[in-house]
Amino acid sequence: MNSDVVLSCENLTKEYTSGLVRTKTVLAAKDASFDIKRGEIVALAGESGSGKSTIARMILRLIEPTSGEITLNRKNINEYSIREYYRKVQAVFQDPYSAFNPFYKVDHVIDRSWGLRKDNLDDDERKDTIESTFNSIGINPSEVLGRYPHELSGGQMQRLLIGRSLLIGSQLLIADEPTSMIDASTRAGVLNLLLSLKKEKGLSVLFITHDIGQAQYLSDRVMIMKEGEIVEQGSVDDVFCRPKHPYTKELLGAVPSLYEKWDEVD
Amino acid sequence: MTEHILEVEDLRGYYRGLFGVVHAVDGVSFSLDRGVIMGIAGESGGGKSTLAQLVSGSPPPLLYHEGGKILVDGIDIYDIDPERLRTEVKCKRMSYVPQASMESLNPVKRIRDFIFDVVEQRTGKRVRTKERKEEVLEMAGKHMKTLGLEPTVLNLYPHELSGGMKQRVVIAISTLWNPKLLVIDEPTSALDVTSQKRMIKALLNLKQIGIIESMLYISHDLTSLRQLCDRCMVMYGGKIVEIGDMERIIEDPLHPYSRLLTAAIASYDSKGKCAHELKTIPGNPPDLREPPTGCRFHPRCPEVMEICRTMEPEMVMVEDGKRGAACWLFTSESGLQNGRGAKGNE
Repeated sequence: MNSDVVLSCENLTKEYTSGLVRTKTVLAAKDASFDIKRGEIVALAGESGSGKSTIARMILRLIEPTSGEITLNRKNINEYSIREYYRKVQAVFQDPYSAFNPFYKVDHVIDRSWGLRKDNLDDDERKDTIESTFNSIGINPSEVLGRYPHELSGGQMQRLLIGRSLLIGSQLLIADEPTSMIDASTRAGVLNLLLSLKKEKGLSVLFITHDIGQAQYLSDRVMIMKEGEIVEQGSVDDVFCRPKHPYTKELLGAVPSLYEKWDEVD
Repeated sequence: MTEHILEVEDLRGYYRGLFGVVHAVDGVSFSLDRGVIMGIAGESGGGKSTLAQLVSGSPPPLLYHEGGKILVDGIDIYDIDPERLRTEVKCKRMSYVPQASMESLNPVKRIRDFIFDVVEQRTGKRVRTKERKEEVLEMAGKHMKTLGLEPTVLNLYPHELSGGMKQRVVIAISTLWNPKLLVIDEPTSALDVTSQKRMIKALLNLKQIGIIESMLYISHDLTSLRQLCDRCMVMYGGKIVEIGDMERIIEDPLHPYSRLLTAAIASYDSKGKCAHELKTIPGNPPDLREPPTGCRFHPRCPEVMEICRTMEPEMVMVEDGKRGAACWLFTSESGLQNGRGAKGNE
């Protein structure tokens, strides 16, 4: 049972301190503990400022936790070398437009990911890998390669970034609000891609979002965060259909639904 | 007094610049009855905000009003003197709250001083004496309350307020003169769900207590439109593709574009996970410098026919003229039947 846990966080805490003499501390994350299993999509939902991104940054080793431990494949993440770590853990962020350098063609981003791979592929093998990866993310390689970022749509870019992490062969994808800047019509493509990668490649995803609808559609388990604390976690049906914590109830009550009007509900 | 608060007839607005001519709003006609909240839905690049900017009477640089009429409370706003537009139409008959309007508060002034400035501009009289100041503050304080804000926010600076509060302060200021029509562009898109709900409730409250009469509400978020609006129009490529009662559009969209748009949304449902798989709309929105011939949606439409490529569909009204869709599937009674049949086979 324990062997298929990919990432595990224990009592993760992050304090931000400001000021020199009269210091002020803000608890951005408080005692967060959770596991992510292989082939599981876990959603981290909450309002803005609840500490969702802080958790993501700590997992990505962009900031140091104040206390607590993160283990990847039952090994502390600080024991990995940075290179080795990013081979296993990759991220997709909110703004796909800022992830690409506008002066380079998109091939550049793909080419740079070869450096993270262990095997030295020759050109033909690289081509084949690109082809098979792009097919699995539903993009025709000739459609995107050799183009500049401004010629692609947000959804295409976001899918390319997900594809890049596949190319590297990572186990865990940290998706920090990957759909909030994409139009509704292409948003579904990104969500469906994550679902199919989970099924076919056993990719684990930490899906950070404030959109409850997307969390419900996509994930197996949900964690609700409030002011740095995970107030409730459990399976999607448990949390979203039978919420226990008062904050979860309040949050869910505020979500506009396509199917019912508020006045009919409350 | 006319029946409609807003009438738009064959409106065209183009962006002109070194990039060419962008046909952002191209032949839009609709009318808004008094007491109705109308939503405008669609993806980015559909012309929603451009339409709102044109209705506001002061299009931004590069956007030009190229033809067509806009009647606000019976006044053709592109036919009158700008000064008359400013004094008689704006704020009194119609207020426009643009996108990201919360950044329009002056960062070095308290909200109250900002309001004094606004009152001064609108009435032409300076707010100097103590009595006058108190009078204005009392009115503003009352107004803040209707939007769910404490009157004490008047003494604060913008940076002391949260995004949702700033947004509501801006709405309070723009409704100080009880405009009959409020045009509001994406007020909730930068807010999280709890402040979103508060905002929508506040807007509904404004209408209920009679401060505003009608509203034109623009959002790309169908779920929040669903909560607020009575009627809705779906825009694509600078044109209205479907117009009708909000509930009907969600329950039974007619135009293929609105059908795909509603199918692409992951909505929260307290009863359990939605069973259907979300669908994407293939392709990209059109480049409106060279809009596609015929129906503007035809390159992405799954039910495209030969006629769609060459001929532009007209708006066809169905259900006693309450709903309309601009699609060749609905050109005649039999065509309507065909369209519905095709949907059933899906």
